[in-house]
Amino acid sequence: MSKTISIDGRQVEFVDGQTIMEAAAAAGVYIPHLCHHPDFTPHGSCKLCTVKVNGRNCSACTFPAQEGQEVLNETDELREDRRMITQMLFVEGNHFCPSCEKSGNCQLQAVAYYLQMLDDHFPLFFASRELDASHPEVMIDHDRCIFCTLCVRASHLDGKEVFAISGRGINKHLIVNSPSGKLQDSALEAGDRAVDICPTGAILRKGIGYRVPIGKRIFDLKKIDAVSLAEQGGAHGE
Amino acid sequence: MAAQHCAGSAPGIDTGAVYSKDKRPVDTSCFFGTRKYQRDDMKKFIETLVEEHGGRASELLQILIKVQARWHHVPRDCIEQLAEQLHIPRTRVISVVEFYTFLHAQPRGEYEILISDSITDRMLGKPQLMDFLAAKLQVQVGAVRQDGLVSLDNTSCTGMCDQGPAGLINGRAVTALDTRKVVAIAELIASKVPVEEWSGDFFLVHDNIRKAGLLLGDTIGNGVALHSAFARGLDETLRELDISGLRGRGGAGFKTALKWRFAKQEQDSERFVVCNADEGEPGTFKDRVLLNSHAHELFEGMTLCAAIIGAKQGFLYLRGEYQYLYEPLQQVLQQRRQSGLLGGNIAGQDVTFDIEIHVGAGAYICGEESALIESLEGKCGIPRNRPPYPVSQGYLGKPTVVNNVETFVAAAKVAVHGGDWFAARGTEQSKGSKILSISGDCRHPGIYEYNFGVSVAGILDDCGADDVFGVQIGGPSGTFIGNAEFDRKLAFEDLATGGSFIVFDNSRNVLDIVQNFTDFFAHESCGFCTPCRVGTALLKKQFDKIQQGHGSAGDLLELERLGRLIKTTSHCGLGQTAANPILTTLQRYPELYQRQLKKISFEPGFDLDGSLETARKLSRRNDPAAHLTQGGE
Ligand SMILES: Cc1cc2nc3c(=O)[nH]c(=O)nc-3n(C[C@H](O)[C@H](O)[C@H](O)COP(=O)(O)O)c2cc1C
Ligand code: SF4
Ligand code: SF4
Ligand code: FES
Ligand code: FES
Repeated sequence: MSKTISIDGRQVEFVDGQTIMEAAAAAGVYIPHLCHHPDFTPHGSCKLCTVKVNGRNCSACTFPAQEGQEVLNETDELREDRRMITQMLFVEGNHFCPSCEKSGNCQLQAVAYYLQMLDDHFPLFFASRELDASHPEVMIDHDRCIFCTLCVRASHLDGKEVFAISGRGINKHLIVNSPSGKLQDSALEAGDRAVDICPTGAILRKGIGYRVPIGKRIFDLKKIDAVSLAEQGGAHGE
Repeated sequence: MAAQHCAGSAPGIDTGAVYSKDKRPVDTSCFFGTRKYQRDDMKKFIETLVEEHGGRASELLQILIKVQARWHHVPRDCIEQLAEQLHIPRTRVISVVEFYTFLHAQPRGEYEILISDSITDRMLGKPQLMDFLAAKLQVQVGAVRQDGLVSLDNTSCTGMCDQGPAGLINGRAVTALDTRKVVAIAELIASKVPVEEWSGDFFLVHDNIRKAGLLLGDTIGNGVALHSAFARGLDETLRELDISGLRGRGGAGFKTALKWRFAKQEQDSERFVVCNADEGEPGTFKDRVLLNSHAHELFEGMTLCAAIIGAKQGFLYLRGEYQYLYEPLQQVLQQRRQSGLLGGNIAGQDVTFDIEIHVGAGAYICGEESALIESLEGKCGIPRNRPPYPVSQGYLGKPTVVNNVETFVAAAKVAVHGGDWFAARGTEQSKGSKILSISGDCRHPGIYEYNFGVSVAGILDDCGADDVFGVQIGGPSGTFIGNAEFDRKLAFEDLATGGSFIVFDNSRNVLDIVQNFTDFFAHESCGFCTPCRVGTALLKKQFDKIQQGHGSAGDLLELERLGRLIKTTSHCGLGQTAANPILTTLQRYPELYQRQLKKISFEPGFDLDGSLETARKLSRRNDPAAHLTQGGE
C-alpha cells in the first residue's frame, strides 16, 4: 500500500525519502519555488516554497514527506507571504525587466506574475553591483542574482567549483573562482551546466540575445505552474 | 621611524592589495626593503600553521584567525596559498574571510580596537566614550588611521555587560573603559607598546557572582562526577539525568537526557560531544563565568556525556570575544589529561575521550547549533536544513550532542548528587536552577543563580533596581516585559531565558532599545534565507523611518506585517526572533510608536529633501532655495 500526504485536501502519494516538493511535483501539484531544481540537492534558502505542514511553516523543498501530513499550499495567507518574499528579492537587487534579456524566460518574473505581484511594495535597496562581461561566451549581471546557489551547485557537481556565495547578511554576493575574480580567468566553459541553470537573468549566454522575441518566450506562453520543473530549469534564451 | 617599522613585527602591508584596493599610502622606503622578506616570511608562517593544524580543511577558520592576528588581515597571497595547501577552492577561503567579522581582506590597524555596541554598554556611556576614543586616536569609527597603526570599529555585545563599556584590543577583552583608560591606551599606542606588555588592569574581568545556588554554590572535586557515574553505571546515570528533568540551558530547553539517548541510539561508529560556548545573545555572560571558574565541571560534564553516548572526540566552541580564556582553558584540559580524566583509560575505565578548543570569530549565528557545527568544520556559520538534526547527523555527518556550558555543568552535578536532588528545585516543567546574567539599570549587576519559578520582582529586589520601566528577558531574541508584569516567573512555562536579564529604568527610551536590538539582528543575519536577509534590513529601514518621525499610520501596520513574515518564514531561530523587540514592544506600548508618527494622511516613502543632500554638498549650497518642503504640513 502506498503512503500519502494531503495537499490542500487532495491525497498525494509519496515514497520514503521524497520531500514534499518532490511528491507534489510527481503528482502535478505546483508549489512556487526558486532555489529548488530537481537535479540538485535542495538548498531551502529562498523560502518561496513555504507550506503549512500540520499547522507549522516548512520549506517544501527540504522537508521530508511523512504519512499523514496535512499540507496547505494554496491559501490566501501563503500566497501573501510568498508575494512579500518575492518582492523582497526584487528590491534587494536591481531588476529592470523591460530591458532584461531574460524577460519571459525568467522564473523570478514568472513567479511574480503567478503570485499577482503588482508592485515592489518595499523600498528599493539600489544595491551597487558590478557586471562581469569578461568571459567570451558568458556574462554575469550581479544586479539580478537572487543567491539561489543553483550555479554554485551545478558547478560543484562537475567539479569545477566556479561559483560560490560569499559575505554575510545583506552583503551577500556571488563570487567567481579565479585568480582575478573574473569569469574569463575561471574554468567555466560554454557547455557547462552552470551556464544555463540561472533562474533569473544573472548568468546569461552571450550572442543569443533576443533570438526568441519577447512575447514568444516560455512564460509568455504558459504560466509557471504549467511548465514542468525540468523545462523551467532549462529556461534560457534559445 | 621607517627603520623601526621594518624591523618591528608585522606592519600589515599587503603587497598584493596595496595598489588595487587599499588607498592607504605606503611607506615605500620600507616597502621595497621588506617586500620579499615579508612574502617569504608569510609563506613560511602559513606553511607552519597548516602543518600545525594537520593540513585539514576543517581547521581553516582556526588558521585564518591566527593569520588575522599576525598580519591584521588575510592577505590575498595567503588566500591562494591556503587554498592550495588545504586543497579547497579559493572561494571557500574568501567566503570564510568575508563571513566572520573578526577577519578582514583589507588591512586593519596594528592595534585593532573594537568597542561593544550592546545596549548595556551604551547605557554605561559607550557613545561618548567612542567619540572620545576616536578623537584621542585620530581615527574614524569604522576606519583605519592613515598610518595604519590603529583601527576603530563597533562590535556586537562582547559579554562584559556587568563591567562595560567594554571592547576588544587585538582580540583581548578590555573592560570598564573610561576616559582615564582611553588616555592611557592612546599613549601606549602612540609609543607602540605591544598589547602583551600593557598593564593587566585593562584586561581585568571580574566574575561578579552575587548569588550562588545549586550550581555555583559548591564545586565538585575533579573526577568525582565521573567516578560516581562509573560506580553507579552509565545507563543508571543517564536515568538519573532523566529523573533530574534537566533541560537545555542555551534557550530552547530540549530535555538533555533525551538528546543524549538519541545520540547513543544512532547506528554509527563515531560520535561527537560539542559544548556551545558561543554566548552571543546580548546581555548574556554567565558562561563566561562558568568557563573562568567552573571549567573542570564543564569538562567533566562533557566527558560524562562522551562516556554515556560513546564519543571519543569533543569540542569546545569558544566565542572569539572570549579568546582571553583560551590559554587558561587549555591549562585545565592539560591538568585533566595529567590526572587521567582525559585521554585514554579515563578514570581507570575503558573510555577514551579528548577535547579540542575551537575559537569563533565574531558571528552570533554560530551559537545556533547547526551553524556552530558548520563553523567547527571550518566553514561559514550557516544553519543547516533540519531534519536531519545534529543528534543523528552533526559534525562531519556523525551523531553529535551540542549542549550549552551550563547544561554540562548541571549534568556533572546530577551525576554526583542524583536526579532527585536537582528535580526537588524549580517548577513542574523547569527543574533545578538557572544562572542569570543581570545588567542594565541596577546597583549590583552580575551573576545570580535562582531556582526556576522565581518572580521578576524578587530578582529586581536582589539586584538593587529601582524605578524600573521594564526588563528584557532572554536578550533581544526574548521578550520585553513592562512593570505591570513583574509578578511573572522565570521558567520554560512562563518566561523562558538563556540567562540574559537587562533592566531598564524610567529614564530610558524604549524605542532606542528596540533600535539597538533591531540593528543587531540585521548585522548578524547570516543571509542564507530571503525573509531574514532582506527582511531584517527592511525592518531596520522601516523602524528608522518611524523613529525619525517620518512614519504615518500605515507604517506601523507595515512594520507589524513585515515582522510577522520574518518571524514565521525564516530558516532558523535568528530570523524567527529578529522581530521580537519590535513585536513585543509594539504590543505593549503602541502609544510610544504612535507618538512618533507624522500627523498626515499620506507619507511618501521617499524623503525628497533628504535626497537632495548629496546635490547640496556637491554644489556647496545650503540656502533655503536648495531645500524642498513636502507633505501636508
Ligand atoms: C541565533 C541563535 C543563537 C544561539 N546562541 C546560542 C549560544 O550562544 N549558546 C547556546 O548554548 N545556545 C545558543 N543557541 C541555541 C542552540 O542552537 C542550541 O539549542 C543549544 O546550544 C543546545 O544546547 P542546550 O540544549 O544545552 O541548551 C542559539 C540559537 C540560535 C537560533
Ligand atoms: S532577472 Fe528576471 S526579474 Fe530580474 S530583471 Fe531580468 S527578467 Fe526581471
Ligand atoms: S547567478 Fe543565478 S544561479 Fe547563481 S546564485 Fe545568482 S541567481 Fe542563482
Ligand atoms: S524552493 Fe524551497 S526554499 Fe527555495
Ligand atoms: S539565516 Fe537564519 S533565519 Fe535566515
